[in-house]
Amino acid sequence: MNKETLNQLEARKNQWRQGFDREKARILVCAGTGCVANGSLEVYAALKQEVEARGEYVTVDLLLEEEKTGVAVVKSGCHGFCEMGPLVRLEPSGILYTKVKAEDAAEIVEALVSGGKPVERLLYRHPLTGEVYAEEHQIPFYHHQQRTALAHCGQIDPEDIREYVVNDGYEGLKRALTQMTPAEVCREIIDSGLRGRGGGGFPTGRKWELTRIEEGPKKYVVCNGDEGDPGAFMDRSLMEGDPHRVLEGMIIAGYAIGADEGYIYVRAEYPLAVQRLKTAIAEAKKYGLLGENILGTGFNFELKIKEGAGAFVCGEETALLASIEGRRGMPSPKPPFPAQSGLWGKPTLINNVETFANIAQIIVKGAAWFSEIGADQNTGTKTFAITGQVANTGLIEVPLGTTLRQVVFEIGGGIRGGKKFKAVQIGGPSGGCLTEEHLDLPLDFDSLKAAGAMIGSGGLVIMDESTCMVEVARFFMNFTQNESCGKCVPCREGTKRMLEILQRAVDGEGRPEDVELLQELAEAVRDGSLCGLGKTAPNPVLTMLKYFKDEYIAHVVEKRCPAGVCSALKGYTIDPEKCKGCSKCARACPVQAISGELKKPYTIDQTKCIKCGACVENCPFKAIKEG
Amino acid sequence: MEQKNTVLIDGQVVELNGEKNILELTRKIGIEIPTFCYHSELSLYGACRMCVVEVEGRGIMASCSTPPAPGMKILTNSPRVQRVRRTVLELLLANHDRECTTCDRNGSCKLQELANRFGVKKIRFGERDVKLPLDHSSHSLVRDPNKCILCGDCVRMCAEVQGIGVLDFSGRGSNTVVTPAFHKNLADVECVNCGQCGAVCPTGAIVVKDDTDRAWAAIHDPEKMVVVQVAPAVRVALGEEFGLPAGEIVTGKVVAALKRLGFDKVFDTSITADLTVIEETHEFITRLQKGEKMPQFTSCCPAWVKYAEHNAAEYLKNLSSCRSPQQMFGSLVKKYWAQEIGKQPEDIIVVSIMPCTAKKYEAALPQFATDGVPDVDLVLTTQELARMIREAGLVFDQLDIESFDTPFGFTTGAGVIFGATGGVAEAVLRAAHEFVTGQPIDQINFEAVRGFADRKEATVEIAGQEIKVAVVHGLANAKALLQEIKEGKADYHIIEVMACPGGCVGGAGQPISPTMETKKERAKGIYNADKLSQLRKAQDNPVVGKFYERWLAKPNSDAAHDALHTAYSNRGRISGEEIKLMTSQEPDQLDIAVCVGTCCYLNGAYDTLQKFMKLAADSELKERINLHATFCLEKCEQGPVIKVDDEIINGVTPDRVEKIFTEKICTKLK
Repeated sequence: MNKETLNQLEARKNQWRQGFDREKARILVCAGTGCVANGSLEVYAALKQEVEARGEYVTVDLLLEEEKTGVAVVKSGCHGFCEMGPLVRLEPSGILYTKVKAEDAAEIVEALVSGGKPVERLLYRHPLTGEVYAEEHQIPFYHHQQRTALAHCGQIDPEDIREYVVNDGYEGLKRALTQMTPAEVCREIIDSGLRGRGGGGFPTGRKWELTRIEEGPKKYVVCNGDEGDPGAFMDRSLMEGDPHRVLEGMIIAGYAIGADEGYIYVRAEYPLAVQRLKTAIAEAKKYGLLGENILGTGFNFELKIKEGAGAFVCGEETALLASIEGRRGMPSPKPPFPAQSGLWGKPTLINNVETFANIAQIIVKGAAWFSEIGADQNTGTKTFAITGQVANTGLIEVPLGTTLRQVVFEIGGGIRGGKKFKAVQIGGPSGGCLTEEHLDLPLDFDSLKAAGAMIGSGGLVIMDESTCMVEVARFFMNFTQNESCGKCVPCREGTKRMLEILQRAVDGEGRPEDVELLQELAEAVRDGSLCGLGKTAPNPVLTMLKYFKDEYIAHVVEKRCPAGVCSALKGYTIDPEKCKGCSKCARACPVQAISGELKKPYTIDQTKCIKCGACVENCPFKAIKEG
Repeated sequence: MEQKNTVLIDGQVVELNGEKNILELTRKIGIEIPTFCYHSELSLYGACRMCVVEVEGRGIMASCSTPPAPGMKILTNSPRVQRVRRTVLELLLANHDRECTTCDRNGSCKLQELANRFGVKKIRFGERDVKLPLDHSSHSLVRDPNKCILCGDCVRMCAEVQGIGVLDFSGRGSNTVVTPAFHKNLADVECVNCGQCGAVCPTGAIVVKDDTDRAWAAIHDPEKMVVVQVAPAVRVALGEEFGLPAGEIVTGKVVAALKRLGFDKVFDTSITADLTVIEETHEFITRLQKGEKMPQFTSCCPAWVKYAEHNAAEYLKNLSSCRSPQQMFGSLVKKYWAQEIGKQPEDIIVVSIMPCTAKKYEAALPQFATDGVPDVDLVLTTQELARMIREAGLVFDQLDIESFDTPFGFTTGAGVIFGATGGVAEAVLRAAHEFVTGQPIDQINFEAVRGFADRKEATVEIAGQEIKVAVVHGLANAKALLQEIKEGKADYHIIEVMACPGGCVGGAGQPISPTMETKKERAKGIYNADKLSQLRKAQDNPVVGKFYERWLAKPNSDAAHDALHTAYSNRGRISGEEIKLMTSQEPDQLDIAVCVGTCCYLNGAYDTLQKFMKLAADSELKERINLHATFCLEKCEQGPVIKVDDEIINGVTPDRVEKIFTEKICTKLK
C-alpha cells in the first residue's frame, strides 16, 4: 500500500457521508446483549418488514449505489438503559421507545412515516414522578450524563465501519500517524490527565511513556476486557457498541509505544463482543487501518483476540498476561511491571477497554479539551453500571467528580418504592460501601480511595434500608473467595476465613470476639496479599466495619439482624397480653412449633420454629411479634 | 543531587552491592527474614508473603520480589509486618493437618519451626475441613495434600530444575491443590522418583516412603541373612543428622551403626561402582571402535533412566546397558555370593542405604531379580537410617569406627566419587586410557568435571583420538543437552547424567537441607575420601579382579551381561490401545496407523482417518490394508501424523490424504 490509502479513505468517507445524508430517518434498534435477550432482534425484523412494506426501506448500500432515499433500520450497540429494553431510537427526532415488542412495529413506523405524534405508551414514564419523556436526551437518566466514551454506543451500527468513519472515526489514528511522533502522542495523553479506567487509576500517559522508552523491537499492546465484577457491563457495552473506537485506541497506542502486535483479552461469556470485535478487526484490515503499512505510513500493527475462560483474577494484569501465554491465570509479583517485562517477557502496555475508548478523542480534540472535563487530577468522564434499588438502572457516563447524590437521585431517579437510601457498594467486590454521609462525595479516584472504596471498573450497587450490610459483605466475600486464584496465603486462606466469620454472623452463630478478629484479618489480608484482587478483597468488610459496625455487632452480640434480612436471626414471639388463644396460629404453623390451650395464650417452641412467618400472617389480633 | 547508594534497614545504613532483592540484602546484615517459597535456585514466586517488609511510602512489600532502591527506608519487623506474618502463619496452620507428632517431618518442618519462632500459641480459625486422600502409589514418595501449604516449591523444582513438570496447581481459591495432571497418582505419571519435590517441601506434604519397619522386620527375622550395602554419598551426609558438619566422612561410624542395628554383613556399594566403571568403560570402547550408538550416556541414576524412557526414547540405545552399582551389587550377591556361602537367593535380604528415593523404585523393577527374588529387597534412604539409629538409641558420634566386611568391602577412590556430580565421568576417564592402550594414564584428578556448574566438559586424548566428556546434573540441564544433541549442536562421546543437583550427595533421601552449600560440603567430603584412598582407579581394585576370575570371566562377557547389564523400554506418554478399523487376512499386507491423540485430533486427524477409510474401501487394495487409529506417535506439533508400516509421515492434513495414499500406500503395495 502507499500514500494513496490516506486519500482513498478520505474519498470513501465523503462518499459514505453523502450516502448517509440521504437517509430521511433512521430507526436504531438496540442490539446489545440485554435488549437482544429481551427480543430486540424480533423487534428489528418486524420494524424492517413494516418499513419495507411501505416501500421506504433503505440500507447504506442502497443509499450509496442507487442514490435512493428512505428510512434505514439499523441495529445499534447498547444505549445503557437496559432494564427499559428493548429500546428503539428514532433519528433525527431523538425519540426513544422503551420495552418495545414486535407487535408495536406497525404503530411505530406509521407514526414515523406519517409524521404524527409518537406512540405515547412506548415512551419512558418516570417510575416515581409519572412524567413522560419523548426524546432520549430529555429523560433524566440521560439528561445528566455526559457520554463521551459511550458517545457512539446506541447511536451507530457497530458492525458497519462506515458508520464509525463518517462519525469521525479513525481521525485520531490519522492525526497520530501523520502529524505526531510517538513521544508526542504519549505527551498528549500525559497532558490530558487520563487515568486508567480499569480500577487503579494509574496515569495512562505515564504508563505509555514508560513502555515507549523500553528497549524494543518487540513490544505488545494488550486490552484488558476481562470484566468480571458482578453486575458490571461497561466494557462489554463498549466492545459491543463501538468496537472500532477500542481498536483505534489500541492502534494509536501501538504507534506510541512502538508495538506491532496487540491482544484483546475478552471473556468467552461475551460472545457478542467477540463477534463484533472480530468483524471490526476484519473491516479495519480491509480499509488499511490495521495490518501492514497502516494508511500507507509504514506503521504495522496486528490485533488478535484472546478469549478468556472467565476467571475474575484474569482481570489482574499479570494474571491476564499469563493467561494469554497459555499458562494458569495467576498473578506474579511486581516488579517487574508489564511495561518492563510483560507478555512473553517483552515490554507490554496493558490498558482497560474504556481507557482505550478515550484515546482517539484526546488525539483529535486535544489534551486541553479532555482535561477541561471532570475534576482536578481526575479528568474526563467515567462509565458506571448502576444497579440495585434505584428507579433507573443501567449504564451511565458522567464526568469524574460528579457526586454520588447526582448519580443516585438524578440519573438513578432515587430509591424505589419510597424507601430510604442506605448505602452504595462501589467498585464491585474490590470496592467498599459508602453511606448517606458520602452522598456529596465526588466520584473520583482519590476521594473514593480516601473513603475506603474504589472506582474499580465502575459497578454501583444502590441499596435501600431493607438491605443487611453484613449479608452484603458476606456476598462479596463469597465472590472473592471463589475467585481467588489460590496463590498467595492471605488471599487464599484469609478470604476463606473472613467468609467463615461473616457466614457465622448471618447464621446467628457469631461470637463477640469475631468483631476484632475480622478487623485484624481483613487488615492483614489487605496488607499482605500479592495482587490487587487480594489487597482489595477486604474492602467490603472493612467499610462495613467502618460504617455499619453497629449492624455487625447486632448480629454477633445481640443475635439480631436490624434490616430483618438474615433468616437465622429472625424470631417470633407471642405477646400473652394480646393472644386470645384462638389456635389459628398453631393450625397455620407447618412444623407444629406452636402449642397451647384454647383461650389461653399460646407459645412458640423456638427450637422447632423455621421462621416462615405463617403465624404472623394468620394471627387476627396482631399478637405475634417478629424480631 | 548525588544520591548515596544506600538504604536504611531498621535504622541501619546499608550499602547496596547489586543485591537482587531486599531479602538478600537483609540476610547479608544478619536479619533472617522468614520464607516458605523463596529458593535462590528456583524462580521467584512471591506467594507465601512471610517475607514482607514495610517500605516507607510504599507500604507492605514482599522482600523477595522487591529490588532495593537507593534511599529506601525499610522496616523488617514493624507492627504491620508482624501482623501479616503472624496472620499468614495462623492461616496456614489452621488449614494444615497439624498431626505434628506423627509427621515424617516432625523436627525438620519449616512451618513448625516458624510457628515456634513466632510463638503462635492459638489458632483462632476452624480446623481444616477437607481430608484429601494420600497418594501412596509411588515406591519412593508419599504425598499428603492435607499438609500442603501451596508454596509451589515442588512445582517449580519439578518444572524448572528437573524440566519435567509432574506437579502443578489445580482448582482455585481455597480449593487449590498441588497435584499431578488429572489428579492421577504419582506412579501413573512421568514422575522419575527423584524426590526433589520432597527435598524442597517445607512441610510433610511430600515425604520419602518409609521402609524402616520392613528393615526391622528383616533384621529380626532369624531365618534370613540380612546384608546391607552403603552408597558413597551416605558417608558424607549421615553425620548431619547427629550434629556433625556436612561433608564429614563418617564411613566407619556408619558401618559400626549398621552392625549394631543387627545387619549381618555390611558392604560398600562403591565396590560395584568400581565394577560399573570397568563394565561401562569397556562398553564405551566397543562402541567407540564400532562407531555406533554414540554418545554413550551413563545409566547409574534410575531417575535419569526413567526420564529417558519417558522423554527420550530415541536415545535409549545410547544409554549404557550397565545396571547401576546398587543393582550390580544385588545381582552378584544373589547370583554368586549366595551360592558360595551356601545359601539360596531368598535366604538373603539385601538392603541398600542410599541417598536416593528413586533407588526404591529401581529395586522394585521386575527385571532386577534372580530366580524371581528381587536382587535388592529393600532400600532405605540416609534419612531412614538416621531414624533407625535414633530408635535404637545409638549415640552416633560416640561409635567406634568399624570396617566393611569382605568380600564387598574393598573400594577405590573411583567408586567413592560416584557420589558427586562428575564422579562417574572422572572414574571412567581414569580407566579408559588404560583399557585402550594398556598404559595407565598419569592424570588422576579431572577437575574440569567437578563442581556444581550446570554443564561441565573435559577432553582427553586416547590413542590419538580426542574423547569429549560432558557432565550434567539436574534433569533440566540434561533436557537442554539432549535438545542440542538432537539439533546437532553438541558432539560428546560420554555424557554423565545425574538427576539431582550436585549428584547423589544432593539426593532427596539425604538429610533435609535447603541450601546448595550443604551439598557442596558433602561433595568436598567425597573428594577428600577419594584423596585418602589407597587406590584411586577402579581397575586397580583387586577384589573386583577376583570377581571376574571367579564369576564373570571378563568385562562385557556373557556372564557379565547376564548379571550386570539390562535393557530399557520406551515409556511414551500415552499407552492407549490401538483401535482396529480394517484388518487384512492377506499375506502381503500394509499397516496404516492414524494418530488420533489430542493434538492430531485438533489438527483434523478424524477427517484424515475418514478419508483413508474411504480411499481404502474404494480401492482394489482394500483386502491388504490394516487400518487403525492409534494414540500419540509423539510428533504432536506436526500432526496429523500417520505411520505406514514403520515410516512416520507428518502433516497428513485431510487435503493431503489422497496424494499420500497414492504415493506411499499404493506404490508400496504394488
